[in-house]
Amino acid sequence: MRENLLIAIPLVGAALAFFWRGDRTRPLLLPAAGILHTGLALWLLVNPPLVSPGAWFGFDPIARAVLPAVSILFLACAVYSVSYLRIRTERSNRVFVASLLAILGLLSAGHQARHLGMLWITTEAVTLAAVPLLHFNGTSRAFEATWKYLLIGGTGIALSLLGSFCLGYASLRGGGTGDLTFVGLIAQGAGLSRPWVLIAWVLLLVGYGTKMGLAPMHTWKPDAYGEAPGIVGAMLAGGVTTVAFTAILRVRAVVSAAGEGAIADRTLLAIGLFSMVVAALFLLGTRDFKRMLAYSSVEHMGILVIGAALGRAGIWAAFFHVWSNCMTKGALFLSAANIRRAAGARTIDEVSGMSAVTPRSAAIFVTGLFAVTACPPFGPFFSELRVVRAAIETGRAGVAAIFLGCLLFAFFGLTRVVFAVVDGRPRTKESKAAGKVNERAGVVLPPLILLGAALWLGLATPHVLTDAWTEAVGRLVTQP
Amino acid sequence: MGSTMNLLIGLAMGLNLLALGSGRLSAIIRATAVQGVVLGVMPLLLEYTFDWMVALVALVTVAVKGFVIPSLLRRAMRAAKIQREEEPLIGFVPSLLLGAGGTIAAIAGARMLPLLPEHAGTLLVPGSMASILTGLILLIGRVKAISQVCGYLILENGIYLFGLLLIHSTPLLVESGILLDLTVGVFVIGIIVDRIQRAFDSLDTRKLTVLRE
Repeated sequence: MRENLLIAIPLVGAALAFFWRGDRTRPLLLPAAGILHTGLALWLLVNPPLVSPGAWFGFDPIARAVLPAVSILFLACAVYSVSYLRIRTERSNRVFVASLLAILGLLSAGHQARHLGMLWITTEAVTLAAVPLLHFNGTSRAFEATWKYLLIGGTGIALSLLGSFCLGYASLRGGGTGDLTFVGLIAQGAGLSRPWVLIAWVLLLVGYGTKMGLAPMHTWKPDAYGEAPGIVGAMLAGGVTTVAFTAILRVRAVVSAAGEGAIADRTLLAIGLFSMVVAALFLLGTRDFKRMLAYSSVEHMGILVIGAALGRAGIWAAFFHVWSNCMTKGALFLSAANIRRAAGARTIDEVSGMSAVTPRSAAIFVTGLFAVTACPPFGPFFSELRVVRAAIETGRAGVAAIFLGCLLFAFFGLTRVVFAVVDGRPRTKESKAAGKVNERAGVVLPPLILLGAALWLGLATPHVLTDAWTEAVGRLVTQP
Repeated sequence: MGSTMNLLIGLAMGLNLLALGSGRLSAIIRATAVQGVVLGVMPLLLEYTFDWMVALVALVTVAVKGFVIPSLLRRAMRAAKIQREEEPLIGFVPSLLLGAGGTIAAIAGARMLPLLPEHAGTLLVPGSMASILTGLILLIGRVKAISQVCGYLILENGIYLFGLLLIHSTPLLVESGILLDLTVGVFVIGIIVDRIQRAFDSLDTRKLTVLRE
């Protein structure tokens, strides 16, 4: 029953936040829920509970392999948001705090969903709960971004619902009961109607791929990440995308059990490589450091799905990369938010020399840049290395070559923007020669801790994690 | 039962074409609303026995899709003082032709799909495919936010129609959860339309072009 608390605690917190009076004390609910949630998630990571096979929700090996990462990311964002919301006192934080907590609860539900319908319901609910966060800044640009997010995200998620129905119909047509639990669908396996499974796969991949932000369904991402506060960007890039990725993994297992695994892997490879190429090209062109993070996220989503297409070793690497991506993206988004606030602008045409204005955040931002571009000894280096190795071991040297080429171009693009922002004569939107800005510990420590976690993952990956990933892979891949 | 249902789906398919061919926003909103009502009552026709939960779900669907959302959209339309969809990206005649061609293709294509015998004689699958196509054409081809919302609603109606194939196998809890989510989703979109109208003083999504690379 403890695993249900992972869903219940944040949702109760969200309800509490909604009725809480006092704008100053309300944000404290975020770290309170975050600590409880992280503690519980880590405890469950070490002592995994038994999950009854037919249950709709459960802390199964796949949830165990991924959910604690989201939980840690949320805790860091929660601590950060207490300081952040102190600065943003001009508007009420009621909806902001409630939505953020609701997102955590719904993400926990989504990761633990073992029923295709429930998975869809939670993912859609996460999408909707994020809407008030996106236009928190209240500018017309923020509304524009929200509109694109809703329309593109809404259409994507609607198509994934259609895909879920098609998978249900595949079961009915194949003589099954139309049971939508993943266990039931995998058990029916080759008995599923093949044409419907393929239709379902395409729709679900497009649908959840939109949520992940895979190219060419990524167009909402730069706008949303650019206009939303940094915490929201971090939670979207580290948390929401992850739940969509586990959805794709779970569906892939069903498609593979139905005997169409080879086609599924080929489509994943194609869409993953395309995402990486698109992201690398846009990274070379962008001049805005928050939009840059969005394209970097598109690139890392590409890496995840490429990993998912490369068999056992690849999926293992993908789980590793989920963790690395969560930690580094969190550090980058939060430090970028500090820089953005001090600079008052986001493009390299308006901002430079931030290492003199916000030295601590700039240091984290630059170190985070090296982490995210897979420089050793950070986590992403080792997870991406494993993806490359899995590609070469499965005889896909071409994939490995394109993969490495894209990483190189992404490195060029990211360093170009980051050093233009950090280096040079101090210049912000308000002043041509800006002085040093006081950086509170509350907004510096959370990204620093996330960065430390990324380093720790690379240097000494905890055994409990590697075991959890191995077990999850065993659950997802039935045949060797 | 089958013939009443086919009649209703045929009506919904006609409303698709009406929405595609009309330039007046009020006509598109009305077509979408009527389609929502027509499809909302369908679960009652499909159930063998009367179930109060199904009835409740149907009632809520009809109320939201048929009355609440349309009135929200009409209010936004009046506030923004726009009556017509001008200069759509895909013209009215081409989109009508696309929609009609798509409907014919859906009817022909559904024959090739492996369907269960009890569904082969109904218009459920072609109707669903035609509505999804109509929704996508409206989403892509129109520039006014209101028309795009209507497109999204019609797309959703199509998916809802497909979901009826599974009505006897999906647990009611899942169905009501899905419906609740869809309803809240449309609601949120309606609210954002309202906010955009106030922020930009217009509902022309072509003006939403600050954010581009």
